[in-house]
Amino acid sequence: MTANLFFNLTWLIPLFPLAAFAIIVLWTKRNRLLSTWVAWIGIGLAWILSWIIFWLAGYHAQYLTASTNIYPVPLFSIPTGSTELQVGFQVDTLTGLMLFMVPFVCLMIFVYSKGYMNYGTQTVDSRYSRFFAYISLFACGMLGLVVSDNLLTLFIFWEVMGLCSYLLIGFWFEKKYADPNRITPKQAGLKAFLTTRVGDVLLLAGMLLLYIQTGTLTFKEIFSPEVLEQLATTYAFGQVPWATVIAILIFGGAVGKSAQFPLHVWLPDAMEGPTPVSALIHAATMVSAGVYLVARTYPLFVAAEGGAQLAVVAFIGAFTALFAGTMAIAQNDIKRVLAYSTISQLGFMFAALGIGAYVAAVFHLITHAFFKALLFLGSGSVIHGVEHGHHHAQHEGHGHENGEFDANDMMNMGGLLRRMPATGWAFIVGALALTGIFPWAGFWSKDEILADAWNAFVHGAEYGVAKFWPIFVFTMLALAALLTAFYTARLVFLTFAGRPRTEAAHHAPESVPSMTWPLIILAVFSTFLGLFGMPWASQVYNLLGKYGTIMGEHIPHGEFNALVAGISLFVAGLGWFFGWLLYGRKPLVEAVDPMEKPLGLIYTLLKNRYYIDQLYHKVIVRPVIGLASVAYAFDDRVVIDPLVDSVGRFCRWLSEWLKKAVDNPIIDGAVNGVGRVTAWFGEFMRATQTGQIQNYLLVAVATVLFLLIIFLARMRL
Amino acid sequence: MQVPLSWYLIVAALLFCIGLYGVLSRRNAIGILMGVELMLNAVNVNLIAFWRYVEAVRATMAGQVFAIIVITVAAAEAAVGLALIIAIYRNRHTVDVTEADQLKL
Repeated sequence: MTANLFFNLTWLIPLFPLAAFAIIVLWTKRNRLLSTWVAWIGIGLAWILSWIIFWLAGYHAQYLTASTNIYPVPLFSIPTGSTELQVGFQVDTLTGLMLFMVPFVCLMIFVYSKGYMNYGTQTVDSRYSRFFAYISLFACGMLGLVVSDNLLTLFIFWEVMGLCSYLLIGFWFEKKYADPNRITPKQAGLKAFLTTRVGDVLLLAGMLLLYIQTGTLTFKEIFSPEVLEQLATTYAFGQVPWATVIAILIFGGAVGKSAQFPLHVWLPDAMEGPTPVSALIHAATMVSAGVYLVARTYPLFVAAEGGAQLAVVAFIGAFTALFAGTMAIAQNDIKRVLAYSTISQLGFMFAALGIGAYVAAVFHLITHAFFKALLFLGSGSVIHGVEHGHHHAQHEGHGHENGEFDANDMMNMGGLLRRMPATGWAFIVGALALTGIFPWAGFWSKDEILADAWNAFVHGAEYGVAKFWPIFVFTMLALAALLTAFYTARLVFLTFAGRPRTEAAHHAPESVPSMTWPLIILAVFSTFLGLFGMPWASQVYNLLGKYGTIMGEHIPHGEFNALVAGISLFVAGLGWFFGWLLYGRKPLVEAVDPMEKPLGLIYTLLKNRYYIDQLYHKVIVRPVIGLASVAYAFDDRVVIDPLVDSVGRFCRWLSEWLKKAVDNPIIDGAVNGVGRVTAWFGEFMRATQTGQIQNYLLVAVATVLFLLIIFLARMRL
Repeated sequence: MQVPLSWYLIVAALLFCIGLYGVLSRRNAIGILMGVELMLNAVNVNLIAFWRYVEAVRATMAGQVFAIIVITVAAAEAAVGLALIIAIYRNRHTVDVTEADQLKL
């Protein structure tokens, strides 16, 4: 097929942004405009190639459907002892789908970043070019991850993203806040890095076990029926097969990266980074990587029927979906609300994976990426506007707000729809998509998850999942959908409705076109992307249907269920209604949340995020720091210091001895002796140099005579 | 009767020894130069004598030519030597070679 040509070029996709990163860092960082264009061209080329591959993969989907039937793009192999580690990329339908979403959303974010980092104005960021270099590397990490054909390469790109998230969350590392309890960007970056590291260790352990058991990390080989059979029938301990253990460990990595409970704490604090970074982390890259990892290694999860692994995934996902939703309703930081919403939506995806609704999960991953990118970029536009409004207000002398002004605080906003119409309407489209209102994208994907859960409950679940889990997932997700609608409504009404509550909001200007256009494009996608999931749009649906058979034949996909769709719409509508009742009907004038009084302690609990951060701080961070300081003291005072000191003292003594015994008599003596002999000989020879020409002549004559005598004597003999 | 070769050689050797003695014993630079001239001319005598007696065929003029070259060199040497002596005299107001030992510290 002609597609081979393009499939063979897959390796170029992550290379373009990587090249952009290198070029910016090495050469163009002094020139902001050039750096912007380098980053844009890098991701743009990756996008074009990705979409070509996406369409070709869709067209040739029948060849790329089964999990073992992928198009390999081998690159090189690393000799490792007795086996060789094959490094390469691959194309299959899941990769194709990810290639549809990742580079395009990245491109939108890249375009948006130019305006957000204040290009061409007085307030342009001092590390503007570096920002574009980092986000290019970030895009490289994600693109490399989705095209990897083995777990090791995947893990490398996974770590590249971890590094980039650290660099970008802490991008404004010099920022400090007056409130000592508020986390600074520097700390947030460290927190994200260390928290995801916990998951990464689990993932690495899973990879090692997998390699020990099978001797390979290549997906194609792992997913061959024999290897899966072997993993499912050999037992790690008791009646637990290796497949279960490895799957749970890999899921541990996904929990860290996708910020699921109990490793969700880093994601809300990741909001300290610039907003385009939040959009990158939350939509196109990073957190999707976790869901992608589970989707990619799904054959491992279903290898051992009836194992605990799917139940774990379903439970963590469903629990996180609801848990994060409850925290979102009491946050005042616009980006934090969206952060919890992301955690919640990722919970939806994991829950869907846990009950075997593979297609629905991947579908939701794609639609979510688009509308969550839209929401984040929209919130960034709002924050940007409010910041500018704040500067403007201070400049004009209305600066009666004392202390630190927080442009992220929704209590400082209000009435922004009139000030920023493009941002506002795009944001509302995103909000409708997120809450699953017909006919926006979120409705179709969320409905498909719920429908699959319902079907699994009614008709019995796939892969030996106990019947309890689908109904548990269904209930939790329905409640979570209610909360989603509620906090989203709260967000929209607090931000855009009513009258401005501060001078800053009153003076907020609409953002520049490079920021609003990505919003509009993403809004269009958020509106129409769901149509792929429409049951009666058979032509479009067939395409996804082809994608839907990623796992082989037995993937169930959502038959449209009017009852479930009704429930889904009803809870979403209910959420919006409550939101409107509390925040929309009578827009806030004071910066006091009307939920604060009636909910009382619960509100405080939610606002403080169940005190989980404090708990982790007390239970993990403090003891670790304590242990570290004890170890430090022990090390330093008891072990290392005396050891170093005694080594030093011994060396000193040794050198003293050597000096006395060897250096002075032998080496020094030899050197001095040579000198003294030379000097004495020189003195002696000096006497022969009289300066009297006739002495020299006399010596010459004597020598000649002497030689003559010898010569004659020899003649005689 | 013909004068034998050995007479020439004896005269030349005496002449050479006189010149050598002059070179080694005279303090006056001019005297040394004169000694050198004597030694050169002793060599010339030898050259001519050997040419006359040993080169039986006399087909070549090598001995005579050699002698003339030595005379030329001696003239050149005398000119350079006298110039040096004059230069020393101008600097030091003496031509005593035992005084000319500045290179020796």
